Amino acid sequence: MTEEILIAGFGGQGVLSMGMTLAYAGMIENKHVVWMPSYGPEMRGGTANCTVVISDKKVSSPIISNFDSLIILNQPSMEKFESYAKPEGKIIYESNNIIHPPTRKDVDVYNIPALSESVKLKNKKIMNMIILGSYLATNSIIKIKSILEALKKVLPERHHHMIPLNKLALIHGGELIL
Amino acid sequence: MSKKLLMKGNEALAEASIRAGLKGYYGYPITPQSELLEYLGQHLPSRGGAFVQAESEVAAINMVYGASGAGVRTMTSTSGPGYSLMQEGISYIACAELPCLLVNVMRGGPGLGTIQPSQGDYFQAVKGGGHGDYKCIVLAPNSVQEMADFTYLGFDLADTYRIPVVILTDGALGQMMETVVFPDYDIEANKTDHSSWATTGRKNMRKKHVVTSLYLKAEEMENMNLILQKKYREIEKNEVRFESIFTEDADIIIVAFGMSARVSFKAVELARKKGIKAGLFRPKTLFPFPINELQHLSNQADKMLVVEMNAGQMVEDVRLAVNGNISVEFYGRMGGVIPSPNEILNNIINLSELKE
Repeated sequence: MTEEILIAGFGGQGVLSMGMTLAYAGMIENKHVVWMPSYGPEMRGGTANCTVVISDKKVSSPIISNFDSLIILNQPSMEKFESYAKPEGKIIYESNNIIHPPTRKDVDVYNIPALSESVKLKNKKIMNMIILGSYLATNSIIKIKSILEALKKVLPERHHHMIPLNKLALIHGGELIL
Repeated sequence: MSKKLLMKGNEALAEASIRAGLKGYYGYPITPQSELLEYLGQHLPSRGGAFVQAESEVAAINMVYGASGAGVRTMTSTSGPGYSLMQEGISYIACAELPCLLVNVMRGGPGLGTIQPSQGDYFQAVKGGGHGDYKCIVLAPNSVQEMADFTYLGFDLADTYRIPVVILTDGALGQMMETVVFPDYDIEANKTDHSSWATTGRKNMRKKHVVTSLYLKAEEMENMNLILQKKYREIEKNEVRFESIFTEDADIIIVAFGMSARVSFKAVELARKKGIKAGLFRPKTLFPFPINELQHLSNQADKMLVVEMNAGQMVEDVRLAVNGNISVEFYGRMGGVIPSPNEILNNIINLSELKE
């Protein structure tokens, strides 16, 4: 079983950290993982994306032509990457940031209002964990328990008191799928 | 063995260098290898080594020259433009027969270029780069694990042959995260005796040690060259390393190193799913180059396809090795662009159709 994921959005939305958390969680579950950032002269507000591969076997390439899942957080990324999803794959997108939803009919599309839901939880930074929770609810690649374990590694210690809120966000994101 | 960690390639290389007993690091920041300086700047001083951010790459390589002359385990790291600045020093170190580890995390060139990954410095690293007839051992990792493993190997080879060893990698391998396990490594057990040549002060009026790359008489200079060439032949005999995947029954063999070998591996998997017998041959050492193994494979395969992130550099060595036995095609992207698995797959499909 190999899952190839692309996460894309604006810098500052938590794109890279969401991917890193997912990769850490994969390692905790003893899977082979790769996290590959897009990089260049990046800045807050510029586009950012990362690739995560989680697999039972050794990962061949971190450069992927077609992904099993796309998590898309802004309009420019949707325009750029919609065609990168495999047929039968899935596109999960943040519906407050995306005006033109994906038009493909050969993939499963999930629209998640993660931003407005994060406002309800009184912390907009938690948006990425809500949509990650939604993604995790669409398959059984990684357990939420492992994500929480991973957050201890990804978040600096001074932010560890936020982990319960992250847990709430992950679970809430999962409920949005049902 | 250490526990499994998730690290960037640059960080894994830096951590491995400390665990291998690095005593002196001299470098200058340049993307995409700056994590190496960051990591070593933070950790090396408290773990038994000296860290110096030099005023330039020219200074850094000459600090490496000085430290290795004193018999100290030493290293520098840079990317393309910085590596160009270091060439004079590398030629001196090679002639003075000193051990050191040089890391080039390649980015797109030529010129100041771009900060995205590339393999455009193959010629420079493998063929010399500086002046005169010298070689460096060149190691090409293709995973974060190998970024660590080849660091230990590089230091040990440098000591064994008293030669600069280059880890030739790229921005993608430097920036991406994978799991890595650091092997047990006993610094004391792997220590090489440098007492016959290192300039460590003339205690007890011992015979003086001279570290030099200057020989004014032509005969002496030629003699030094003969010593170097003999060493290079020895290295060619003993130190070739490579990986062969699905080549046993392959009609089309892709030859690639580093990151392009990772992407090519995926293309081979996709080709196999389509029923095309494709395989991958990956040199882990670029000097010494696996000439005999490529010759051997050319008796069995119909075609080779060399994939690189440059305009075609290693392909020349593959063609020399194969010596016209079969056709050797090339596919490459330049300037910081990584070829996608589908691009390579399309090339494999085209070649397999040409065959029929």
